[in-house]
Amino acid sequence: MTKKLMKGSEAIGEAAVQAGCKLFFGYPITPQNEIPEYMSMRLPQIGGAFVQAESEVAASHMIYGAAGAGERVMTSSSSPGVSLMAEGISYLAGSELPVVIVNIMRAGPGLGGILPSQADYFQATKGLAHGDFRVLVLAPWSIQEAADLVQDAFDLADYYRNPVMVLGDGLIGQMMEPVEFSEDREPAKELAPKIWATTGCDGSRPTNVINSLFLDPNELEQHNYKLTEKFDTMVRDEKRYETYGAEEDYDVLIVAYGTVARVCSTAIDELSEEGIAVAMVRPITLFPYPYEAVREAALKANSVLVVELSAGQMIEDVALALARSRPIHFLNRMGGMLVSPDEVVAKIKAILKGSSEEVHIG
Amino acid sequence: MSRIVISPDRCKGCELCVHACPQQILGMGKTINNKGYIYAEVVEQMRCIGCRLCCITCPDMAIEMEVNGTMYHYFSY
Amino acid sequence: MAETVFARPLAQADVSTHYCPGCTHGLIHRLVAEVIDELGVRERTVGIAPVGCAVLAYNYFNTDFHEASHGRAPAVATGIKRARPDLIVFSYQGDGDLASIGMAEIVHCANRGEKVTVVFVNNAIYGMTGGQMAPTTMPGQVATTCQLGRDVDLAGHPIRIAELISTLRTTAFVARATVHNPLVAVHAKEMLRRAFTCQVEGRCFSLVEILSTCPTNWGIPPAESTSWLEKNMLPYYPVGVFKTPDGGSREPLPLTD
Repeated sequence: MTKKLMKGSEAIGEAAVQAGCKLFFGYPITPQNEIPEYMSMRLPQIGGAFVQAESEVAASHMIYGAAGAGERVMTSSSSPGVSLMAEGISYLAGSELPVVIVNIMRAGPGLGGILPSQADYFQATKGLAHGDFRVLVLAPWSIQEAADLVQDAFDLADYYRNPVMVLGDGLIGQMMEPVEFSEDREPAKELAPKIWATTGCDGSRPTNVINSLFLDPNELEQHNYKLTEKFDTMVRDEKRYETYGAEEDYDVLIVAYGTVARVCSTAIDELSEEGIAVAMVRPITLFPYPYEAVREAALKANSVLVVELSAGQMIEDVALALARSRPIHFLNRMGGMLVSPDEVVAKIKAILKGSSEEVHIG
Repeated sequence: MSRIVISPDRCKGCELCVHACPQQILGMGKTINNKGYIYAEVVEQMRCIGCRLCCITCPDMAIEMEVNGTMYHYFSY
Repeated sequence: MAETVFARPLAQADVSTHYCPGCTHGLIHRLVAEVIDELGVRERTVGIAPVGCAVLAYNYFNTDFHEASHGRAPAVATGIKRARPDLIVFSYQGDGDLASIGMAEIVHCANRGEKVTVVFVNNAIYGMTGGQMAPTTMPGQVATTCQLGRDVDLAGHPIRIAELISTLRTTAFVARATVHNPLVAVHAKEMLRRAFTCQVEGRCFSLVEILSTCPTNWGIPPAESTSWLEKNMLPYYPVGVFKTPDGGSREPLPLTD
């Protein structure tokens, strides 16, 4: 297939269609409106269904119904809308249903602003909703990667019978870059037929009940063991990350994800032209977090710089990975302000000069 | 000839059938079933007219009706 | 030989329910199951259970079921029906589920004209959680969160769902029935049959509001609770068909210059 210049939101929508998703239920919220707008035009073309729900609350339950009926389904929203979907996502995880949820992050908290942010890291990886569950979180840094990860997300969701979140920010939503959809893409996992779906029972099988209610505590404990085993398997098998920059002999390791990692990659290139070697580990899965990769790369450096568009969320996972073995420095912007390559370069130089204060977590 | 069959272990003793019967042939018994409820019983089987109002009103599927020969349908159900 | 002419419908499971003695949920379940059997759609029916006394409804029907969170059953129904339009999708909801937390979902599901059937059981109180005031509780009726009786100055008047939904422009079948005695229950079954037939024929959204008793939380025995319903609820919640796909829908008033 040829490369096409596409807006991030459209690429995400088209990737879903390529993955066989014919259903989209969502609600408008800046800055991801192009996703439902694209799906509203595209899905009828392939015999699918698009519904603009009355709220994100309703949308999260529409995907719950459609996923229960055995179909691939997607929704998208932005930070405040994902908060509204929390209950639905807990039900999806508890009922073991596959869906893909796209969160195009914006600055918060509350109504916040409409410009990009990474302040939903905790929400996505740790505190999405009530109960013991996780969602697999994928964070692209380019439009092409967003398209690839959305297609992988459907396979991973079906394989694990769990919601998968694709975490972007306003830049991913609005940028235009060349995207290629491969015609002979291999599915990311080997998938079984959905025999558990509510497709109508003619007596040849017991009735299928999509449910997360287990009033008997013994039953519910067993159910929770089943779920945690799933998440342990994800931790064992699904970590993804990428390294950038120097492979050896670097003083500073940057840990960043999403579009911030791209800014850092520019800074790394600039610094390497000046002869300063810097490396970066870019987690692609935020859950499961590649703790070992971060630790291994950090042990080759003298200090670690975490760059985030938040008050400091992923930095806690970096601290967990390092276990105080290296000093951690932090560069951040909030409220929708973006970090620039110059700021990253200046911070690295300050670290090397010793004029940057390390942060202490825990 | 219609015959009402009440399963004692399904009945929860709500007495709705007793009040529903236009012939007043149902009544509450004196023994308890395996759930601890006093269950309904057919007091006068002979006067049953086969209207099925007791079956229709029972919320617990405790009442079935059997028919020997012709059955009169008083309403379409 | 004796022939059984009244027995459990196939769509209803052969189990004892957890409902209170005299609770008409069991009756309404049976009516829905009978209609599903008679229309021959049991093998492609998916029900949606609410949060409320009927939360375990999936144990009482022999069809595939989906448990919804509180109030969101119409949204879940939308999802299932759009994913698989060939399935017959029905939701079964109580007054807290549909008229309180789920008000947005039911109005929009009806307004979009999703071809699903909603069975709305109105017993003017919250059952499962122990008798709190519902949006449908009658003025002066005592509930645990209005222990001196519902005060319309503080809590407003009860909401009439059938009338409210019937004012929407989108084609639908909207009716109210009651099951406080077996003769009116026969009429309720007819309303349910017409509602499900609308879905089988792929015509429109359908909703049947069914007035029901709650002896436990009303604090009166089952036989008396049927008279209480007749005396107190029936005048305010009139039985009948409010909207059909054949009859004219309520046209909005013309705009004035």
